[in-house]
Amino acid sequence: MASFSQFGSDLYTGKRSYDIIGRRKTWYLIALAMILISLVTPWLRGGYQLGIEFTGGSEFTISDVKTLDQNIATETVEDVVPESIPRVSQLGTHGIRVQTGQLTDRQTTEVQDALAKAYDVPESQVAATFIGATWGADVLAQAIRGLVIFLALAAVFMTLYFRTWKMSLSAMAALLHDLLITAGVYGIVGLEVTPAAVIGFLTILGYSLYDTVVVFDKVRENTAQESIRTFKQSVNLAVNQTLVRSINTSVVALLPVAAILFIGSYVLGAGTLRDISLALFIGIIVGTYSTIFIASPMYAQLRENEPKIKESDAKKTAAAEKRRREVDAAEANV
Amino acid sequence: MARSTPVKKALRSLTWLVILMAILAGVNTAASILAGSSKDDTDKWYQGASWVPELALDLQGGTQLTLAAQNTEGDSVTSQQLQQAVNIIRQRIDATGVSESEINTQGANNIVVSIPGRPDKATIDRIEAAAKLTFRPVLFTEAATNSAVGDDGKGTASATPYSPPASLAATPSAKPTNASDLNWVTPKLQDLYTNYNCAAPDDVTTAPDDEPLVTCDQDGAGKYILGPVEVSGADISNATSGLATDSQGTSTGQWAVNLTFNGEGSKDFRTVTNRLVSLQQPQNQFAIVLDGSVITAPTTNSAITNGKAQITGSFTAESSKTLADQLKYGALPINFQVQSNENISATLGTAQLIGGLVAGLIGLILVIIYSVIQYRALAFVTVLSLGIAAVLTYLVIAIMSWRVDYRLSLAGVAGLIVAIGITADSFIVYFERIRDELRDGRALESAVESGWKRALRTILASDAVNFLAAVTLYVLAVADVKGFAFTLLLTTLIDIVVVALFTHPMMQLIARTRFFGDGHRFSGLDPAALGAVYRGRAQFRAPVVDGKRQRSAGEAQRRQTIAERKAQQASGDNGSTPDGKDD
Repeated sequence: MASFSQFGSDLYTGKRSYDIIGRRKTWYLIALAMILISLVTPWLRGGYQLGIEFTGGSEFTISDVKTLDQNIATETVEDVVPESIPRVSQLGTHGIRVQTGQLTDRQTTEVQDALAKAYDVPESQVAATFIGATWGADVLAQAIRGLVIFLALAAVFMTLYFRTWKMSLSAMAALLHDLLITAGVYGIVGLEVTPAAVIGFLTILGYSLYDTVVVFDKVRENTAQESIRTFKQSVNLAVNQTLVRSINTSVVALLPVAAILFIGSYVLGAGTLRDISLALFIGIIVGTYSTIFIASPMYAQLRENEPKIKESDAKKTAAAEKRRREVDAAEANV
Repeated sequence: MARSTPVKKALRSLTWLVILMAILAGVNTAASILAGSSKDDTDKWYQGASWVPELALDLQGGTQLTLAAQNTEGDSVTSQQLQQAVNIIRQRIDATGVSESEINTQGANNIVVSIPGRPDKATIDRIEAAAKLTFRPVLFTEAATNSAVGDDGKGTASATPYSPPASLAATPSAKPTNASDLNWVTPKLQDLYTNYNCAAPDDVTTAPDDEPLVTCDQDGAGKYILGPVEVSGADISNATSGLATDSQGTSTGQWAVNLTFNGEGSKDFRTVTNRLVSLQQPQNQFAIVLDGSVITAPTTNSAITNGKAQITGSFTAESSKTLADQLKYGALPINFQVQSNENISATLGTAQLIGGLVAGLIGLILVIIYSVIQYRALAFVTVLSLGIAAVLTYLVIAIMSWRVDYRLSLAGVAGLIVAIGITADSFIVYFERIRDELRDGRALESAVESGWKRALRTILASDAVNFLAAVTLYVLAVADVKGFAFTLLLTTLIDIVVVALFTHPMMQLIARTRFFGDGHRFSGLDPAALGAVYRGRAQFRAPVVDGKRQRSAGEAQRRQTIAERKAQQASGDNGSTPDGKDD
């Protein structure tokens, strides 16, 4: 696509330029609104819908069924355990999944046998899973611990690598934005939160920062050079110059995730693949957005009030003003 | 033209890559051939080697139990105790005849047991029970008869345990005076003992302490009638292994296990040994029983009064260590609670594996299509690099699968697919860098060199972040998260290897071809399409010298100033005239 690389060149040379850093207030407002929606809506909906890994319960999956009639499952389970409230869903094209509250071992075996008989499949095709309520909590607790430790390590790493905590802070703010919004989407749509979703969620950490590092590397390069641009302008140029790269890397990262999401949702049904990829899919999009519209403007804002930068910016603005007047004068003479 | 340095460097890098791949492939081939040709590869370095990676339960079907270890004394479980608990559980599962089980620790106090198929209730109960080590006096012992009466004589593990007729008396005719009293042996017990089948034992894991017990040793080679429990394993304060010493303190050259009891244990043990030492064989033996099975039954040579016993026999350094460990940890005050019992049918497992592979293929094709659109002929470097990365990943996973028992799970497969994108990302970072250098007016060869220097830094930094995330997840997380984190970790490392040893050398080499060097329209590196500042017929020019570079960079800045100035004037409208005609 020559036009796309032409677009890239224009952004690189500055022939075409989007004022991203200058409109930071707009981006901040959008981010704030999105985060508020992400926090409030799930709360209004009555909290997150947790998978049985977190609530505890029993799950039966019947594979290779001849009929996808879900009533059979409901009736069968209610026959065996009258007080249970089974939740039945279709699993891929040939499977049925039944979730119930926690059953005893004996009940589990009975339900398993009854389901096999009702759907006329061998018992080996009815899989039973029992999960204690503490298991999911363990996974979640570990995940949160992992999250906190990773954030601390990543903050230190980025501070060391970029030699300024301000980049580190901006990247972390953008990351937080990504996590909140991804979690928000889960809450708003009412998607089930499973351990696999938590994995996807944790992977966003890596990806979001990965994307930010690529852009910040260019920002650092541009702002380190002696130039006639003000600090803000240098950052803006870097963001524009890396725009094509950001789009390309995100699209390429998204494509395989989209493939898993598609297969996971339409072929396999609810399960590990769908849950991991869904969180990642949302996270990659939000992560790319936030690098450009949150991390970079925030970094520029954090730095521009440093006395040294303020002073040199003032000089550069004055110089630019002078040049402009000269050019105007020259044009007037023509 | 003599080979210039970049070409030499490129060839050297490629050679290293070939060597690396040859080593990995060689190791796996050698191990697979050895494992295939030898009948018994147990404990050999190539044990279980093959070209097919092992799959986790969610892909091949089976049951996964997560057990939480709980200290019955309220203390927290130490990692040593947990490791010993794993050994105990392994023995229990092996005792049920289930093969190919896999037992791992997870986090600080979880044990994950993976078993093919669906275990029955009894197996789960057996696994859940607390490990219990006791000392019982031996009443009778003889070699085991490993066939059930009335069975076909094969004595398979599935044979039903023998149960004596109910008509036989089950209470002693006279009240036994001590644990060694033969009055414990009722007609019913005698009948059970006579017909006891060590290949189909009763579930004796939770046998009551105050009654006699019919059981076998752990190998199923000998059977016993044992008296009631006299010393509890919890009273062992320490057990070590070492070379035995005689009364003069000189080494006898024999391996021995040294036992130390606490106060309560010393007292109990003194009583037992005082009595046993005067009795006839086999009644002078005491059996050390773990989970109802006899692990050893030494003869009492003297009364032990100080709570320090030494067990000698035909020990090797290893077997004495094993026994010492069993004694030390056998009485773990730990029981297990089943936290989850996940069962996946083989059909579902296969469906998930196929789904994962198809998703990966679709993802790969999409990435290739997008690369071709964006980078034209350069996409073939992407495709080859991804191919190399895939081969390396496959080799490492195949080797890890038999070396460290790595099992590929669905989450792991997802990690691999996600990695396609992340790996391709580093190529994009590199390609875009080269394009930037071209835009600055460099010839392709020097653009590749300077672009690489800058891209490498970015790639290393961003991969470091990914690596950090993967390591944190791997170390801290549990279950599926670990499988996913591992593949991310692996592919991040492989990404760096491939970019450095393949993608960059390839770029160095193709930069010299006319097609790319001239910036053919379809090369993806056409300076005209990239709006390069400096447009010359690169192949006839020497690489841009530094001074020149300075000038063109300066030029770029000056032009940009105008663009920005115009932008300021037109307040956001960037409709300035095309430029780029410098020189």
